[in-house]
Amino acid sequence: MTEHSRLRRFVPNIWLWLAIVVIAFPIYLVFNASTHTSAEILAAPMPLTPGPHFLKNYGEAILEGSKNLGASALTMLKNSLIMALGISIGKIVVSLLAAFAIVFFDFKLRSFCFWSIFVTLMLPVEVRIMPTYKVISDLGLLNTYAGLILPMVVSATAVFLFRQYFKSIPKEMAEASQIDGASPMQFFWHVLLPMTRTPIAAMFVIQFIYGWNQYLWPLLITTKTEYYTVLIGINRMLSGADVQIEWQIVMATTLLALIPPALVVIVMQKQFISGMTDREK
Amino acid sequence: MANQYEFKGKFLPYLLVLPQMVIVFVFFFWPSAQALWQSFFLQDPFGGRVIFVGLQNYTRLFTEPSYSYGESFRVSVAFAVCVALLAMVTALFLATQANKKLRLGTFYKTMLIWPYAVATMVAGVLWLFMFNPNVGVIAWFLKHRLGVDWQHLLNSGQAFLLITLAAAWKQISYNFVFFLAGLQSVPNDLIEAAAIDGAGPTRRFWTIIFPLLSPTTFYLLVMNLVYGFFETFPIIHQVTAGGPGKATSILVYKVWRDGVINLDLGGSSAQSVILMIMVILLTVFQFRFIERRVNY
Repeated sequence: MTEHSRLRRFVPNIWLWLAIVVIAFPIYLVFNASTHTSAEILAAPMPLTPGPHFLKNYGEAILEGSKNLGASALTMLKNSLIMALGISIGKIVVSLLAAFAIVFFDFKLRSFCFWSIFVTLMLPVEVRIMPTYKVISDLGLLNTYAGLILPMVVSATAVFLFRQYFKSIPKEMAEASQIDGASPMQFFWHVLLPMTRTPIAAMFVIQFIYGWNQYLWPLLITTKTEYYTVLIGINRMLSGADVQIEWQIVMATTLLALIPPALVVIVMQKQFISGMTDREK
Repeated sequence: MANQYEFKGKFLPYLLVLPQMVIVFVFFFWPSAQALWQSFFLQDPFGGRVIFVGLQNYTRLFTEPSYSYGESFRVSVAFAVCVALLAMVTALFLATQANKKLRLGTFYKTMLIWPYAVATMVAGVLWLFMFNPNVGVIAWFLKHRLGVDWQHLLNSGQAFLLITLAAAWKQISYNFVFFLAGLQSVPNDLIEAAAIDGAGPTRRFWTIIFPLLSPTTFYLLVMNLVYGFFETFPIIHQVTAGGPGKATSILVYKVWRDGVINLDLGGSSAQSVILMIMVILLTVFQFRFIERRVNY
C-alpha cells in the first residue's frame, strides 16, 4: 500500500458501486416491469417498486407467451438451449479433432487446413448474409436445428487455443503411449482429452454464451414460430404498436433469456476469464 | 511444430480435419465466393434474368444518391469510434479502481463481469425500454422533470446517442476483464519504486501503468472497432431500424436491409465484399502487431 489515508481507500468503493448501479439499473427495471400489469406500465411512469403479479406474468410468459406471437417462452428457451449447446459442443468437438490432426500428424495438406481455418476469422456471418442464406435454403435446412447450428460450428479461436495447448504437451507422452501399443485415437481419448479439461471448460463458457446470444442468423433462417429462439421471439413481440405490446410478458421473457448465460458466467467465472484472456496469445 | 512427436497414419489425419473442412468450405468459402461473383451481376429478385454488369454494383454504391453509402459509412465510423472510446475509457477507469485492495473486491469483479453474458440484442431491448417515449422511465423523467422531449424515432441525434449508449454499456464488461488482467500483470515493485521516488498516483498511472497496458489497449481498440462495425446489428435492428430516415443505418444493417428486405442481390453482395475487405484489413493489422509484440 502506497497511500494510507482512509478517504483515498474509500473512494474506489463509491465509483464501483456507482458503476454497479448503472449496469444493474436497466435489468432492475425489466424485473420490475415483469411484476406489473400491462395497464400499469402503459400509464407511464410505472411504479419503481415490484408489483404483485410476478407469478401470474411468468406463468403466462412461460406457458403461453404473448398473444401476438403464439410461442411460449418454454418452447423458445428450449430452442435457444438446443442451439447454444449444439454450437458450443459442436465447435469444441470439431476443433479438438482438427487441432489433434494439425499438431500430432504430419500430412500434406496440414498447413493448408490450418490457414483455411484461420481465414474464417475474416468472414463473419454479417458480411456474407445473402449467399449463406442461399446455401442453407438449397440444402433444405431453413427452419431446422441443423440449419441454426451447423454454419456456426467453425471456430478459429477454439482451434488456436487447443493447438497452443497441445503443443505445450511434452512429446514423450505421445511416444510412450505408442510404445505401449496405443493407437493415435486411444492416445487422444485416454491421454490427451483428460489433460485438456481446463481449456475445454473455458471454451465451453465462451461458446455457450456466443451460441445463446446469436441473433442475425436465427433471424434469417427461422420463419416458423416453433423454431424461434428466445431472442427472435422478443423481437417479434416488440414489433407491434406500443399499446398492443404486452410489456409485462416481454419483460418476463427478456429476464428469462438473460438468466442461463449469466449463470454460466457467474458459476464458471474463473474458466471464463482464463478462456477470454488466453485467446489474446 | 517441428519438435512435436508425430503419429503415422495416412488417412486418419484427413478424417480428423474433415468435419471442420467441410463446414469451412460449405458455409464460409462457398458463400464468400458467391458474394464476390454476384457482386458483378444484376439480378432480378424473382429468379429471372442475370446480367453481367462488371463493377457497376460498386460504382452505384458511391454515385447513386439514393444508396447513401457514403453517409452509411460515415455513420458507422462515428458510431464505432464513439462506442469504442466510451466503453474503453469507462472500463479502464473501473479496472483501475477494482485493482486496489478492497474488502469487496471479488464481489465488485463478479458484478462488473457478468453483464458480458447479456446478448447484444437484449442490451438493445433494455435501453429501448428505458427510453421508449410512451412507457420508458427515463424518457418520462427527461420530459416531465428536465423538459427534454425524447423521441429517438424522430430525432436522429437522440437515436445515435441511444444506440451508442446501449452498445457501449454492453461492451464495458468485456473491456473490464482485459484491462483488469493487464493491470494485475503490472509488477508491484515497479509502482512502489516510483512511489518512493515521489511520483503521485496520477503520475504513476500515466508514466508507468498506461504504457505497460498499451498492448491490451491496442488489442481492445481493434476488438471494440470490430464490435462497433460488425456485431451491433441486433441493437440497430431492435432499437432504431436504421432510422430516423437513414440516420443510424450502419453498414451491416444496410447489407441486411438491401439484401433481405429490398432484395437487391447485386448491391448487397458488393457491400458484402467491401465489408470482407475491411475485416481482412483489421485482422491482418492486428495479427501483424501481435506478432511484432511477441518478438520483443
